[in-house]
Amino acid sequence: MTETMAFVVDMLLHATPLVITGLAVALAFRAGVWNIGADGQFIAGATAAAWVGVSVPAGIGWLALIIALIAGVIAGAIWAAIAAWLRSRFGVLEVISTIMLNFIATYGASFLVRGPLQEPTHVYPQTSGIVSGAHIPILLGGTRLHWGFVIAVALAVAAWWVMKYSATGFRVRASGVNPFAARSAGLIDVSRVTAFAFVTSGAIAGMAGAIEVSGVTFALYENISPGYGYTAIAVALLAGLNPLGVIGTGILFGALETAAGAMQRNIGIPSTTASVIEAIVILAVIAIAQLRTNRVTTSA
Amino acid sequence: MIDATSAFLEGVVRTATPLAFAALGETVTERSGIINIGLEGSIIAGALGAVVGAGYGGVWAGFAFGAVCGCAVAAIFALFAVTLRADQIISGTAVTLLALGGTGTLYRILYGSAGAALNTPTLDPASIPLLSRIPVVGRALFVQPSITYVLYVLVPVVMWWTYRTHAGLGLRAIGENPAAAIAAGIRAKKVQFLAVLFGGLLGGISGGTLVLAQAGTFVEGMSAGRGFIAIAIVVLGRWNPLGAALAALVFGAASALQFFFQATGSNLPYQLFLAFPYVLTLVALAATHGRTNSPAALGRQDFEQS
Repeated sequence: MTETMAFVVDMLLHATPLVITGLAVALAFRAGVWNIGADGQFIAGATAAAWVGVSVPAGIGWLALIIALIAGVIAGAIWAAIAAWLRSRFGVLEVISTIMLNFIATYGASFLVRGPLQEPTHVYPQTSGIVSGAHIPILLGGTRLHWGFVIAVALAVAAWWVMKYSATGFRVRASGVNPFAARSAGLIDVSRVTAFAFVTSGAIAGMAGAIEVSGVTFALYENISPGYGYTAIAVALLAGLNPLGVIGTGILFGALETAAGAMQRNIGIPSTTASVIEAIVILAVIAIAQLRTNRVTTSA
Repeated sequence: MIDATSAFLEGVVRTATPLAFAALGETVTERSGIINIGLEGSIIAGALGAVVGAGYGGVWAGFAFGAVCGCAVAAIFALFAVTLRADQIISGTAVTLLALGGTGTLYRILYGSAGAALNTPTLDPASIPLLSRIPVVGRALFVQPSITYVLYVLVPVVMWWTYRTHAGLGLRAIGENPAAAIAAGIRAKKVQFLAVLFGGLLGGISGGTLVLAQAGTFVEGMSAGRGFIAIAIVVLGRWNPLGAALAALVFGAASALQFFFQATGSNLPYQLFLAFPYVLTLVALAATHGRTNSPAALGRQDFEQS
């Protein structure tokens, strides 16, 4: 395999969780929900998938994969539902609650891989490997690239269609753009729509975690997410919250993270530089958007 | 058991100190109508700045440079959220990401990726005569690193400034009704910018406290969400400087619990104690629901009358 080929495979492997969590963030932001918790929802999804993967009998074959993915989706949805409930019931700012839930998920996973779910020798802080039936099939023979990337792209296209053409998508967009107008138009129950978008966003991020376990790691580790949920914010914003755009920006940031890893190994540039670049991208995007609106407001 | 309780109370005040600094600063920021989610970034920048400063000129140079770094990070946030009127949540998130990544990068460049051997001078607890002999709470309150005593002075000063001075009234007016404040001749953007910088300054000192009064070294990501917890503390303290300081004690207690249980030899998993402050934040925010008096214009991008 050529070096370029290896880079492309690595890039797409990194892009897979970023595209999916990027979709999760884009959906939430579109609905006016500041879900900074894709990281925690990712961990919840990864944990549930790993739990299924090590618990089911090997005899059920590929059914294990289906159950693992569903478990991941449900776990991510539940993790987001906590913040959605705190928001609708108690008015708790979701920015804070989702970040707190990220920390809780991290410590929860840490507890599980050092406690009840630890591999049988009790040496490493990780679960044992999931059954082979729960592995996502390889997309490109001879590489680690799996079908998860195709799932990510399909999910993006589906999300784009739903947002653009369905009534649900319209309600979500309307609630995000102007909740007061949407509410007074009478046809949209804004708090229900935003709660729905919030939980769906968590479900998608949870799926990303499940796909990471079933496609790449095949076990649950501590720090299973190197901060995908935060990078996802840059991915979503750079794409202008457009699901189709997320495919492109997800691949871009996948390339960035792959390159950052390589630069650290080869020339000693710290990999943390990647999050600096992500932050600069976010700031540049909002600065440009803001300068544009400010100009329109002034000239109008 | 007396020893364990006394050690626990000392731990409460010690762990509450950085939270109280950050929450005090954020209280002032939020009173101006700006919610600075980038506070976490100021804390981590303050922590790294403290290591660098202390390396050159000792502990107090560390605090000073930490405060400058916290302020610098807040200035970036203010540039976007105040000057450009960009969304405060996104600006703050980006600034946090920038500071977490930036400090990690700078730390590895300055001290190498190992870095573990790095040790900075730290503040020893200083005992205040007489007061430290008060039963039960004396040692907890008055045998602390001297930065804690700075806090004891700062809280009433900020309290007085906010409620008893003309400038403090102006600050609160912008947070409640920016249009009216502007009509009254207050330069809203300038005041908000300064309020954010003040929050960043105290955020930097908060980070400095983590290094110079506690850990004695820098660890990537050592702010560990304290900026976000501080924002919850502001809510719990009802946007009141003294309230913030008292609420910080509650969270200090939540963090100090782990030392207490370690000392008493409990078998509960340690992750439970590590996660406890974050769970408490959620519970506290839910519990204060409906009984808060947040600044009416908090988080608003525009200055128009609502």
